[in-house]
Amino acid sequence: MNIAMICRILGLALGVEAAFMTPPFIIALVRGEHSAAVAFAAAITAILVCAVLLRRVKARRQKYYAGEGFVTVGLSWVLLSVFGALPLCLSGAVPSFVDAFFETVSGFTTTGASVIADVEALPMSLLYWRSFTIWLGGMGVLVFVLAVSPIANGDSGDALHLLRAESPGVNVGKLVPRMRRSTTILYLIYIGLTVLMFVLLLFDMPCFDALTTAFATAGTGGFSIRNIGMSAYSPYSQTVMTVFMVLFSMNFTIYYLVLIGKLRQALRSEEMWVFLGILAVASLFVAVNILPIFGSFGEAFRHAIFTAASIMSTSGFSISDFNLWPWASKTLLLMLMFIGACAGSTGGGIKIVRVIIGAKLARRGVQRAIHPQQIKCIHADGEPLDEDTCSSVSAFLLVYALLFAALVLLLALDGLDFITTFSAAASCFNNIGPGLELVGPMSNYMCFSSFGKLLLSFAMLFGRLELYPMLLLFIPAAWRK
Amino acid sequence: MKIVIVGGGKVGFAIAQEVSAEGHDVTIIDSSRTVCERLSLALDGMTVQGNGASLDVQRAALVPESDLLIAASPNDEANILACMLARKLGCPNTIARIRSRAYLDGVQLLREELGLSMAVTPDLYAAREIFRQLQLPAFLRRESFAKSRAEIVAMEVDANNKLCGKKLMELPRVLRHRVLVCAVRRGDEAIIPDGSFAIRAGDEVYLTAPAATLSRTVDELGLRKKHARNVMIIGGGRLGEALAELLCETGVRVKLIEQNAERCRALAERLPDVSVLCADGSRQDFLFSENISQMDAVVALTSLDEENVFICMYARMQGVPQAIPKVNRTEYGAVCQNCGIRSAVSPKDICAQEITRYVRAMESTDAESVLSVYSLLGGRVEALEFLVTADVPHLGESLASVRLQPGILLACISRGAKVLFPGGGDSLQTGDTVIVIAPRERHIAELRQIFDERG
Repeated sequence: MNIAMICRILGLALGVEAAFMTPPFIIALVRGEHSAAVAFAAAITAILVCAVLLRRVKARRQKYYAGEGFVTVGLSWVLLSVFGALPLCLSGAVPSFVDAFFETVSGFTTTGASVIADVEALPMSLLYWRSFTIWLGGMGVLVFVLAVSPIANGDSGDALHLLRAESPGVNVGKLVPRMRRSTTILYLIYIGLTVLMFVLLLFDMPCFDALTTAFATAGTGGFSIRNIGMSAYSPYSQTVMTVFMVLFSMNFTIYYLVLIGKLRQALRSEEMWVFLGILAVASLFVAVNILPIFGSFGEAFRHAIFTAASIMSTSGFSISDFNLWPWASKTLLLMLMFIGACAGSTGGGIKIVRVIIGAKLARRGVQRAIHPQQIKCIHADGEPLDEDTCSSVSAFLLVYALLFAALVLLLALDGLDFITTFSAAASCFNNIGPGLELVGPMSNYMCFSSFGKLLLSFAMLFGRLELYPMLLLFIPAAWRK
Repeated sequence: MKIVIVGGGKVGFAIAQEVSAEGHDVTIIDSSRTVCERLSLALDGMTVQGNGASLDVQRAALVPESDLLIAASPNDEANILACMLARKLGCPNTIARIRSRAYLDGVQLLREELGLSMAVTPDLYAAREIFRQLQLPAFLRRESFAKSRAEIVAMEVDANNKLCGKKLMELPRVLRHRVLVCAVRRGDEAIIPDGSFAIRAGDEVYLTAPAATLSRTVDELGLRKKHARNVMIIGGGRLGEALAELLCETGVRVKLIEQNAERCRALAERLPDVSVLCADGSRQDFLFSENISQMDAVVALTSLDEENVFICMYARMQGVPQAIPKVNRTEYGAVCQNCGIRSAVSPKDICAQEITRYVRAMESTDAESVLSVYSLLGGRVEALEFLVTADVPHLGESLASVRLQPGILLACISRGAKVLFPGGGDSLQTGDTVIVIAPRERHIAELRQIFDERG
């Protein structure tokens, strides 16, 4: 394990975080939010000191491998969350450090679960920082570092290990031969879509609301700066959000293909069609189910598709309290939480592509029972998948199930009812935000103890980083020489 | 014409036989001395021993003075090289046999640069042929003429058939749409019938019909079975793969059985919709467990002719309506016929016919010309398509007053978009295309040869 090299990369990541804390610090200065300004100044100083210390570590060799990539990514996310929580905690807005940590992890992992009851009371600078963590976490902090910093430059391609560890999906491919250019292209698409959404929202919202909402939607996070969530805005804004929640749950490679004019290839994406298909069917199902509540089908469908898109994109926005909907709808929404968005998007969950491959593997297993001699190759997007990918997908699904079971069991120690416990675990593990009952869309996670919040914080990190980077931190074998 | 053939294997020999029978001078180049010796005994032509892609050997085979070089060795790259070399040496036409599907598209794209007149892929032709048979199962063979406006189809007449026991002159009363019976195989005999000929059960009848009414005639004869929806292919070689791909595209459910596990994996990767099974396809208990009796068709394409025929016999025994074996040795054809397997397919023969067709067309690019030639009844009868030019005798005369050579049949006239079955009142006009049915041994090469001019 090349610890020196890990330290140097962590230093770099912290430096980037300090840079990103500067805009909210300026907002605090301009708006005269004294406690927040002091808190940001202190946090930036602390981060810079740490970053400089870490950068002073001399690495005897530059090379690092897949294992180090995972560990670096896991560590950096924990570290960024700890330091990112400082402004919230030091300013006195969220006095408990565990609460502030939960809130920051929730932002970076694009979960959007909150422990703050009165959001509107927060100073503007903190609201900005909270929403910005989502935007930064959406594409990944290290991916950003790789896109701008020199470590990826002229590198032997080791940085690809970091990219693989941080990006969601089964196969992280390159769009163009150079990794640095690939990441830059993806980031530019991300920025472009965010700006587009911001402009569309400006027609209807105050500038600051539009900015934070665009950040929160782009990262599929779900933080709102209003106490009543997205029902504070007009149907126009809600429709814009629905569309963009869907857009941000697609594989960004599709947009790249569209941009370079390969529309036909873009439309061939199996994952995209399955995602849209599930979304359409689920929306219709919920719309019919909640028809008695809303009276008209149009209104019911609007609420249904917003909520379904919000859950599937793992954003977790709400325009109505789905906690009050019939159980059939609630159960379906709970299931959608696990499926999640497409690979290569900013969404969380198991990811559509794994669900597809898993379903195909299951079908093959059943077919083998009937035709023992059959040889079947699993195809995704018309391309054959090798057996390694297939087995890594089944391993992922298994680890996912086991970790989730452990999470629910540990969380049950808090003594809350089963539905709250289960839905909170599902919601955090899949980076959604709201759950059912006590953690429903109109309530928050204050009902959990510090232990519960810490557990859920790590659940969010596990979920966002797709298990392995975090899991490796807890496995001694990864640390052995 | 002088024709040089590179490679004296099964395909090369079949081509040599066909073109030699047409009266061309054939030289075969093969690297094996024994093959050369055997060929010089079996064929009226020259043999040159050596590598067909080498300059000296091609010079020795007089390639520079030849009209056509056909590279039919099993090696694609050598075939392409041989063709390029021949072109450089001044041979105006070259045909390369390309076996690998991976090369085929690229070779088509590069045809000009490579100096190729034609690339032939026997497995692909054979796959298309089998596919056609599976599409319209009532017919054993079908060919289209006159820009696909007329078709010749072959069918077997059984005792329940409407046509059974009818004389040809009675046909218009039996069928609503006009058809013409142009050739009949009865037992081992090939007959070009006249109006008084009566059809019997067991005859294999060749019908000509306009493509537009053909499917209605099929319905009328009660021959339309549901076309094959479930097909089992045994043998996953190039031919099996090409056929499975064609079938899959039309939504047919295919079971492909192949013995080699590695090959199975490659097939499963390339053909996601095909059910690939890794097993010995000649094991009857396995075929039975895979529901062979429920299949609409079984196609046996292993490398062993005997195995293919046996598999098909077993399939017929299990009640499979259609069983098609690949048979490379044409002499087994008659054996198959006697076992009730009538639609054996031989890739090398199909390939040889394709090339012969090309050679014919090459010969007659000038003047009145054979547009295409199809061999019926195992090559004993030919269907020739001619363009009627101004110098053909008896233009505009009613056919009743013109006598044709005995045994020759004017099957149909295609004029503009119309297809006519010539009666006594019709006449030939410039610009028509006509289909003539003639015994092979007549060697009809020009349209004027069909008329009986002896007073």
